Amino acid sequence: MTDQVFDWMAAANKKAKGKRPEYFDDPEDERMLSILMAVVGEVSVLRERMDTVERLLDAKGTISRDDIESYTPDKEAAYERGAMIREYIYRVMRGPHQMVEELQQAEPPVEEVSRELKEI
Amino acid sequence: MSKTVPNDQKLDVAPPYNAVARHGVSPQPSHDEIARFDFLANFNKFMASTLSPGNKLAYDKRVLPAFLKEHGREPQDRFEIRHAMNKDPFHKFWSALKRNSMEMRQQNGRAIVLRQIDELNAKARQYNEGAQGVKSTLELNPEIAIPRYQSAVDIHCMPGSYHGEELPGDVSAGANYDCGIFATTGGGLGALTDGGGQALVDWIKKERPGWEPRRVLDIGTTVGHNIVPLALAFPDCEFIAIDTAAPILRYAHARAQSLGATNIKFIQANAEDLSRWDDGTFDWVQTTMFLHETSGKALPKIIAEGYRVLADNGLMLHLEQPEYSDAMPLFEQFLRDWDAFNNNEPFWSSMHALDMKDEMVKAGFDRDELFETGVRAVVDREIFPEAPTGEDEDHGRAAFWHAYGAWKNADQMQEAAE
Ligand SMILES: C[S@@+](CC[C@H](N)C(=O)[O-])C[C@H]1O[C@@H](n2cnc3c(N)ncnc32)[C@H](O)[C@@H]1O
Repeated sequence: MTDQVFDWMAAANKKAKGKRPEYFDDPEDERMLSILMAVVGEVSVLRERMDTVERLLDAKGTISRDDIESYTPDKEAAYERGAMIREYIYRVMRGPHQMVEELQQAEPPVEEVSRELKEI
Repeated sequence: MSKTVPNDQKLDVAPPYNAVARHGVSPQPSHDEIARFDFLANFNKFMASTLSPGNKLAYDKRVLPAFLKEHGREPQDRFEIRHAMNKDPFHKFWSALKRNSMEMRQQNGRAIVLRQIDELNAKARQYNEGAQGVKSTLELNPEIAIPRYQSAVDIHCMPGSYHGEELPGDVSAGANYDCGIFATTGGGLGALTDGGGQALVDWIKKERPGWEPRRVLDIGTTVGHNIVPLALAFPDCEFIAIDTAAPILRYAHARAQSLGATNIKFIQANAEDLSRWDDGTFDWVQTTMFLHETSGKALPKIIAEGYRVLADNGLMLHLEQPEYSDAMPLFEQFLRDWDAFNNNEPFWSSMHALDMKDEMVKAGFDRDELFETGVRAVVDREIFPEAPTGEDEDHGRAAFWHAYGAWKNADQMQEAAE
């Protein structure tokens, strides 16, 4: 047993030694993305918890916290939950995903299209 | 569960974290901790298969053309590609997402472990200590210094690295390393993260049926993921697993004991100096996913020491990601280098540019004793998917390795016998 209270969550946040690369021009964007990604992850966690609750309720009608903690999906449920997370990731990652499509097909600005339509 | 996969289960999703096998010192994850790893495992799959192709598109469509225009020539190495790609908005964003995923994996793993660190330390002690104190199969030597190549940065952004302790004498580094690999590999290494070791067992049984090595040395064993399967497959053989880091050895030893691999002795030692072992002590000297975390001067020393302690007719084997040969396109080399600069693997790039065959010849082997082979993780395919290779693979993390090996003086031994 440790004598003093060990602040494990603060300790979990420890930074890895080694300068962090800078990906964006504005350092604040680095922080914003890290917060956003954490929220993206936590929403996924909430959804999975909700799914557990729903499945348990379907099966038993009433549940306890222990039921949630000890829930283990069978193969089919595991796949369905994986597919649910995958769908969720596609939903939130629409922007970066569309960047890939943009790269596949370069497009003229809509302003240009607008000028064109005026003439045809 | 003997259910077959329903026909509609076609999407590539990661197996649930629940499928990870538990051993005697496994951290016990809560429902939400499992869900965090489930998210990351699927997110990393998405990054590798859906977003990563954008890197090649960005390169072909705009980064390379701009480079050609500016320099009037092709990039001459992976570094030039990296510098050019680091200015590309798509690659920047992809890298930033990936870096975040690595950092989240560490935070999540550490939170699971540190929340229950007292219990984990107590469990480890149960396996590590016998009636006479610490068991003889765990030998810690506090005078072993952590080499600069291990302490310069925290490797793969793992806060505290392999040797860090949160509480004196703890196992947190090992437990965190162990519990989070699922998230970065999407389960590709199997329920006990030992798909590499399982593959070695299959390989050696085919390569040398009936061979019974007397003593095996595993260098840089970490938590022993890939040595436990070998130890279980050769129960009469004595295994020595060394590492410079005490916290992961405490965990490794407890983990191995709980899995029944009691024939492994874990020793805190630096592989650059194996002088405590006589020439020819071992029939098999190996490293798995280790050499890339050493340094330019340490690597040849380690291989030379390994050669010295290897007996005639003995096997040396190193499992790594494939080297950057001239045949490998520079763009692929650049992608494989991502971890070097974005995930704190400072020797990764230089190591993969080495010709391992030359290194082994320098250590003493004859060139015609050398062999190379591919090794694919052996895992339960019912639960764990085959990790993708090629276009869709998460470069640097694919569960498919290149083995550089040699049988020491095998030809001479053969001739002498005839
Ligand atoms: C990437 S890990 C190896 C993974 C492990 N072999 C496996 O298959 O799971 C590298 C390990 O090498 C250890 N290490 C680094 N330099 C070393 C040295 N000179 N001698 C012994 N161990 C070393 C580190 O502490 C770390 O645990």
